[in-house]
Formats: sequence, C-alpha cells, structure tokens
Amino acid sequence: MTIPFDLLLIQVINGIVTGMILALVASGLTLIFGIMDVVNFAHGELFMLGAYLGSTVFLTTGNFWVALAAAATGIGLLGAVIQTTTLRPLLGRDPLTTILATFGLSLVLQNYALWQYGPVPRKINEPITGHFSLFYLEYPWYRLLVAVLSAAIIGGLWLFMKYGKYGIWIRATTQDRVMAAAMGIPVPLVHTVVFAIGAAMAAASGVLFGPLTGVNHAMGLDFILRAFIVVVVGGMGNLGGSILAAIFLSLLEAFASIWVSPAQAVIVSFVVLILTLLFRPTGLFVPTPK
Amino acid sequence: MTTRPARGYWIGFAVVLAVLVLAPLVLPEFWRRFVTEILIWGLLAMSLDILIGYTGMVSFGHSAFFGLGMYGAAAALLTVRPPNLWLAILYGLVGAGAVAVFVAYFSTRLRDIYFAITTLVFSQIFYVIIFTWTEVTGGENGLGFSQPAFAIPGVVSARFTPVTLHWFVLAVVTVSYLGLRRITQSPFGMVLQSIRENEPRTRAIGYHVERYKIVAVMLSGLFAGLAGVLYALQNKFAAPDFVFFLVSGEVVVFNVMGGMGTLVGPVAGAAFFFLLRELFSRFFTEYYLIPVGIIFTLMVIFVPQGLLGFLRRRLNQ
Repeated sequence: MTIPFDLLLIQVINGIVTGMILALVASGLTLIFGIMDVVNFAHGELFMLGAYLGSTVFLTTGNFWVALAAAATGIGLLGAVIQTTTLRPLLGRDPLTTILATFGLSLVLQNYALWQYGPVPRKINEPITGHFSLFYLEYPWYRLLVAVLSAAIIGGLWLFMKYGKYGIWIRATTQDRVMAAAMGIPVPLVHTVVFAIGAAMAAASGVLFGPLTGVNHAMGLDFILRAFIVVVVGGMGNLGGSILAAIFLSLLEAFASIWVSPAQAVIVSFVVLILTLLFRPTGLFVPTPK
Repeated sequence: MTTRPARGYWIGFAVVLAVLVLAPLVLPEFWRRFVTEILIWGLLAMSLDILIGYTGMVSFGHSAFFGLGMYGAAAALLTVRPPNLWLAILYGLVGAGAVAVFVAYFSTRLRDIYFAITTLVFSQIFYVIIFTWTEVTGGENGLGFSQPAFAIPGVVSARFTPVTLHWFVLAVVTVSYLGLRRITQSPFGMVLQSIRENEPRTRAIGYHVERYKIVAVMLSGLFAGLAGVLYALQNKFAAPDFVFFLVSGEVVVFNVMGGMGTLVGPVAGAAFFFLLRELFSRFFTEYYLIPVGIIFTLMVIFVPQGLLGFLRRRLNQ
C-alpha cells in the first residue's frame, strides 16, 4: 500500500502539535524528577485541574490569555502547597514512597474534579478561530499556535535555567544537594519552587490542550501515562531528551494511526519504551554515560 | 516447631479461619458478599506482597495478571460445554502465567522506579489489547458467563450458593496463603529477602539474582491470576476495567495500608480499604476516594510500616 503524501504531511503536523503539548507536560515531570527524585504520579491531575481552572476563568472573563495565566498561577500555588505538605516529609526516603504518596494525591484530585465539575466535559473556546487550507483539510491555526506557545514556554524555562540566578540555584541543587546547601542555597525552597514550576507548566498545557478535545476529569490519566513513557524514553531528569522523545513518540503514534485506531496506536509508544528500557535504560536521546 | 510463638500463631490462625468459616452463616447478604470480596482482593494483595514486601520490587502492573486470570476463566466457561470449574481455574492460571513469564522476562532487568513504570506500561498494553479487540474480548462491555457447578467427578456435583461459594473462595485463599507462607520461609524466600536487603551482596555470594526475580514475578503473577479467576467466578463477568492500572494502584494501596512483608497485612489492608469505602460512601457517595486517598497519603507519610507493622510495634513496646 502506498501512502498519499498529503496524508503523511498532515500526520507530521498533527504529531508535532501533540508532541509539543506532551513535551510541555513531560518537561515539568522530568524537572521534578531530576531535581528531587520525585516521581510525580499526580502530574496528570495537575494538568487536568489546570484545564478546569482555565475553563472556569474563561467562562467568567471570556479571555483565553487571562485564563491561561490564572490557571498556571493557581495550579503553581497548589503545587507549592502539595510539595510542602506531602513531599517535603518524604525527602530522603526511598523514591518509591513518592510514587505512593503522589498516587494517593492523584486519586484525591481526580475525584475532587469529578465531584466539583461533574462528569460532563467542558469546552474552552479557541482564542483564534481561523483556518488555512491544507490539501483537503481546513487546518485550524490554533493548533499551530499551541505548538509555538509550548515551544516558547519550554524555551523560556531553558533560558531561565541557563542564565537566571534561580535557575543556576536549581541546577546546582540537581548536581549536589548537600554541596548546594553548604553554599547557602535554600534547598527546601528550591524544591518547592521547582515543584510549583512543574505544576504551572502542567496547568498551562492543560489550558492549551482544552480547546482541542474538551476538558474532563479523566484527561489526566491518559496524559500521565504518555508523559511517563516520554520521560523514561528521553532519560529520567533530562529536559532536552524529554522534548525530543515527546515529539518522536507523537510522530510515531501519528503515523501508526494511519493504519490502526488511535487507541491502538498507543501500543507503538509502549513498544518503544520497552525497547529503550532493554537496550538503553539511560534514555534514547542522551549521550552515553561514561 | 513447638516453640511458643509458633503455637500462638496457629491458635490465632485457627480462630480467624473459624470466624471466616462461620461468617456467611450469620451475616446478612450484603456483608457476606463483602467478606468474600475482601478475601479475593486479599489474595491479590498477598500475591503482590511477594514482590513488594519480600523482594523489594514495587509492581504497578498486577491488574494485568488479575485481568488475564479473569479472561482466562471466561474463555474456559464460554468455550467448553458444560462449563467446568477446574478448567476455568486452569485456563486462568495459564493465561496469567503466560503473561507473567512475558512481563517477568523484560521487567526484572530493571530496578526500583523503572521496574514500577515498566510493569505499569505492560499492564496498559494488555488493557489496550483487551479494550480494542472487541471480537474476542467483548471490548468495553467485557464478557458475561454463567457460574459453573462445583463438581468432583464421581463424588459430588452441586451448584454454588453464596455460602458455598464463600467457603470455596475461603479454601482457595487459605491454601494459597499457607503456600505463600511456606514459600517465603523456604530457602528460596530467604534469597528473595536478601535481594531486598542487599542485591549486590546477594549476587556476590553467588545467587543468580535475575533468575530468582523472574521466578518471584511469575509466582506472584500466578497467585494474582488465581484471584482473578475467583473474582470472575463470583461476579460472572470479565471486564477491561479490571486490567486498568488504577486497579494495580489500589492493590499497592492495600499493601501499604496493611503492612508490607507480612502476607496477612495486605489482606487486612484490603479489609481496611473496603471498610473505609463503605463508611465514606455513606457521606461522599461515589466520591469516597477523596477521603480514602487523603488517609492513604497520610499513612504513606506517617505510618509507612502499615497497620500491622504499627500494631506490632505498639505491642512490643
């Protein structure tokens, strides 16, 4: 069977768009893991709550950008609260206990959303509604905007980590927690702030993703699994690797969904993950450790 | 084995067993079913304890074994006429065992978080396959079937009543418990515990750690599959929801709540979880997971040794 070129191109664009959103979710997850060895099972729920908070603010103000900023700030604060109350006491224990604690939190948050917002999906309107024609499709500009915005947020994070004073604090804490503390860096505060940043990024991606499929209480479950896969394939704690892995896996899934249903296309990601773990457990897109 | 603690243990065992045997005769319908369900989930939690508590590997994929046990039983009950109880158990064990071999081979190469994530992903693979392969598995709706009769050829053949089903489940769970207990106290179980305590040293002594881990995952998967068969027998259906990773998460919750590495603890944890669920369902209806999740998170932080470990420490003081 030959694949028509236009179909292939459409799937490439689709793959990049979902890949960028996934990269935004996964980079928060990998940031949190890299700096405090916390596997945040509740990350998908922060993504989902961000989308809900965004939709609520959007309903009252009618402005998408206000909703985006409000959701990121609100969920960022929630992340700070979660970190200080739940994860700080677990510092220094086996990283596996953080999976358990955040799993408990994800149950709470997910059912809270169901209770608070009900089972009917909500809709966030797109801030721009234009289309451009792509072969036989009317492709919405908004999807491209999502990819660009995600890239901008990730780029902003990268610049902050590279050149900002606090970014340097964060990287120092990643490298050596004890030494960083000895140098006068307030390590507990750094942990809280990093968790808040990760949560805010999850919330922002939730709001960006909202107009594409609608907002419901189970959207976090789907995303957390894919984000986990991305983070492992990209190398735990490796920001650049996560982004590449997100785009790589989304492209593969987009191509696979030419032949099989999207639900089955997920298996491609699963297979990539297993192959990665077997042959290169440190991650696909990282230099070989010496 | 005539030392004092051993005798005390067997007396306690006999008392609990007697209570569980008599329970369905005095309890009303709802609570009878409740106790049977706790026994089944308790068996699943116990099977996971072999990995979490004794070998130190946290599996987040036990729903795959449980679900394959269910679907294996369903396959036997739907294809073989007349439905045969023992064949259902056999098919379920074969299904779960086959999956366990596959999962064990790949996942035991990894450690800690990576092991947890790999098992999680494996269970999701089976979930997706079962969910989308509608012609064979019934897809989202699952499969319904009728309960087989309890039959030993030439001796007895009787339909299950709720009470006899409870006794059957109790018998299977008790035998499994004694088997698992024997395994954990055997030289094999000792090696597993030494892997938990210090893997490099166990390897240095000369044990083939990977082989032991693979056998541990397979054993655990077989018992989890058995629990799946029992659940299918009791509820007369198999559904993809039971393969979803949230079920695996709940089983880990049972283990943490009850106390890992005790075998009895996970059963107590399952009972505690379901009692909490009943209690909070009164006030929060279907949102009972909000308070239960908060209690669980608090227990992870403050009572990491679980209810049983907590009680044991209190009694020793």
